[in-house]
Amino acid sequence: MSTEEKQLYSVSIYTENNIGLLNRISAIFQRRHINIESLNTSPSEIEGVSKFTIVVNMSEVNIKKILGQIEKQVEVIKSYYHSLDDIIYQIAGLFKIKSELLFEERQIQNIIKESNARIVTVNKDFFVLEKSGKKEEIVELYNKLSPFGIMQYTRSGLIAVTKEEMKISSLLESYNN
Amino acid sequence: MDTQTIKSQKKSIKTTERISGSEAIVRCLIEEGVDILYGYPGGAIMPVYDELYKYQDKIHHVLTRHEQGATHSAQGYARISGRVGVAMATSGPGATNLITGIADAQIDSTPMVCITGQVPSHLLGSDAFQETDIVGISTPVTKWNCQVTRAEDIPEVLAKAFYIAKSGRPGPVLIDITKDAQFNEFDFSYEKCTHVRSYKPVPETDVSKVEEAAKLINAAKKPLIVWGQGIILGEAEEQLKAVVEKAGIPAAWTILGASAIPTSHPLNVGMVGMHGNYAPNILTNECDVLIAIGMRFDDRVTGSLNTYAKQAKVIHFEIDPAEIDKNVKTDVAVLGNSKVSLDLLLPLLEQNSHNEWHQKFKDLYEIEYEKVIKNDLYPTKEGLTMAEVLKEINIQSEGKAAIVSDVGQHQMIACRYADFNVTKSNITSGGLGTMGFGLPAAIGAKMAAPDREVVSISGDGGYQMTIQELGTIFQQKAAVKVVVLNNDFLGMVRQWQQLFFDKRYASTEMVNPNFVAIAEGYYIKARKVTKREDLAEAVAEMMQSKEAYFLEVCVEKEDNVFPMIPSGASVSDIRLE
Repeated sequence: MSTEEKQLYSVSIYTENNIGLLNRISAIFQRRHINIESLNTSPSEIEGVSKFTIVVNMSEVNIKKILGQIEKQVEVIKSYYHSLDDIIYQIAGLFKIKSELLFEERQIQNIIKESNARIVTVNKDFFVLEKSGKKEEIVELYNKLSPFGIMQYTRSGLIAVTKEEMKISSLLESYNN
Repeated sequence: MDTQTIKSQKKSIKTTERISGSEAIVRCLIEEGVDILYGYPGGAIMPVYDELYKYQDKIHHVLTRHEQGATHSAQGYARISGRVGVAMATSGPGATNLITGIADAQIDSTPMVCITGQVPSHLLGSDAFQETDIVGISTPVTKWNCQVTRAEDIPEVLAKAFYIAKSGRPGPVLIDITKDAQFNEFDFSYEKCTHVRSYKPVPETDVSKVEEAAKLINAAKKPLIVWGQGIILGEAEEQLKAVVEKAGIPAAWTILGASAIPTSHPLNVGMVGMHGNYAPNILTNECDVLIAIGMRFDDRVTGSLNTYAKQAKVIHFEIDPAEIDKNVKTDVAVLGNSKVSLDLLLPLLEQNSHNEWHQKFKDLYEIEYEKVIKNDLYPTKEGLTMAEVLKEINIQSEGKAAIVSDVGQHQMIACRYADFNVTKSNITSGGLGTMGFGLPAAIGAKMAAPDREVVSISGDGGYQMTIQELGTIFQQKAAVKVVVLNNDFLGMVRQWQQLFFDKRYASTEMVNPNFVAIAEGYYIKARKVTKREDLAEAVAEMMQSKEAYFLEVCVEKEDNVFPMIPSGASVSDIRLE
């Protein structure tokens, strides 16, 4: 694929946990008019270090420039970009559906079984389905459930680990010395 | 005892004393060696001003007439001295008025620390009186910013602020401090910051990249150096000169690089960019190796990127990795501090003179001289030109003055025609193009370097954007020489209207006040020149004045600045008329 062609990239940003950093990072995308497809922040494998996982659709040439701008931020330790082929990732989807459908619409039960979705909770009014996987799998489930009526639907940001090693711990160590 | 042991001992016997947050702020500034700061008081910063009153024998606060002026003065201070400029303001409008100066310092890599007062922490987010989210507002235009809500955090945060502002590629830092943090007491001790875990200010220079660069340079038949402010910020003037002289490479400068090598140096071939010199622009598209040092390929330098130096191998010496390949694809990138990199490069270079290649620059200079420079410096028409004024200033100052320009035609003329024989002599708003920058920046420059002659050169437009700082000049007795080149137009915009908008002069004509009377209203000696025969004598009188002096020169109304690369055109399509 040419470096000019757009594709989905997952950007992993290791940072000091700091108020306002999200603002700083999102501003970098905003300046270049790049839509953030999904965003997740969480602690990382290193204590006191946070990790942003941001998915964007852009060319490799431009993502390199963006990474330069991101790494320039004082509280950013390191950032990496990967195509979706180079990472193991999951997205979670939640579906809130009327409980009566579970019993009235036989087919829903089949859909749940086939999709490997999990029932998180059931009460007399509604039940909640959780499905983790690739975006297409969750969208597929959505499309199947949609005709029956979905009360609420939401999808999480992408979270990922890379296939290759990320040398962030040793990097941090070298920074400390 | 060696200094190292003293240092480590000092660290271990850290004494503490109980003081207020506001006193701590002033003590931190003193610890950082701040002798002058610029600002404007107001409700949320009053505790700090109260302490500044107590410490006035150690630190001098300059009351500017607008917070924007405080930032530009701090910038002028930083640009002429290489030290961190400091500006202070209250919350709300005080803080938002700093933003233009902060953005200017960000794009021009000027070390500056801004301190703003903020409403008490329990009122944050409640739309309290003079509350504004200045940390949010300043985020995109600061190198770093931080809000402090606890007094005990003040020393560490301020130490970090100064370290970040000055180290690596410098920039502005804003620290917002709530009023309760200013009032609360804590056990104060101060330790300078020398390290931030996630921040690597200077990338290591890869020797193999320097060798690659040297190989390309040694093999080059038509090498061209374009240097930027990275030379001045990295204090690599001597190194650059040595490289240029040893390898015999014609060297051109960006607007912010001006003065790093004297104008009179035979290998200094002038300014690149939109209104730069003819030869370095044309020959950018003819050189075989383009050596960019501490510059960032701004669009005003490159014109159209599609036709910029496509024939050349590009070597980029740069401290900021984000600049590599940002605008121009680089063949060899040498990361690191310019001084270190050039020191490594020098012994690897072969002696050369490139006489034939250098002759091309001379030939093209002759063309520019005939078509443009001669008419600018020795006009045959009646009206005065801006360049004539610069010529007189050069003569009177022997090219040693620091020229602080504003933004517009006069700025381009000042950069083109001023003799820069001392480094850090061209103080101007390059990246942001901030009209109103000049006058307050000149105040800061003069106060940071009182022994230097500082000449502020503005147009009639930009001058009136911060004209109130004449009050600061008067109150501080700052001996700034203030020149206004008055053409009763927003000249640069008018030039574009003439060239690209069929002479529709929309809102560019200015009906101006009596500038001399205004200066005199501030008790500043003032004079107006309208005729050529009076110019030399008036400039001489100004330069000989021991105190501030205002000189208005009425110049030709509709002169244009040439050469010019039309916006979006190629550097080699530079126009001489």
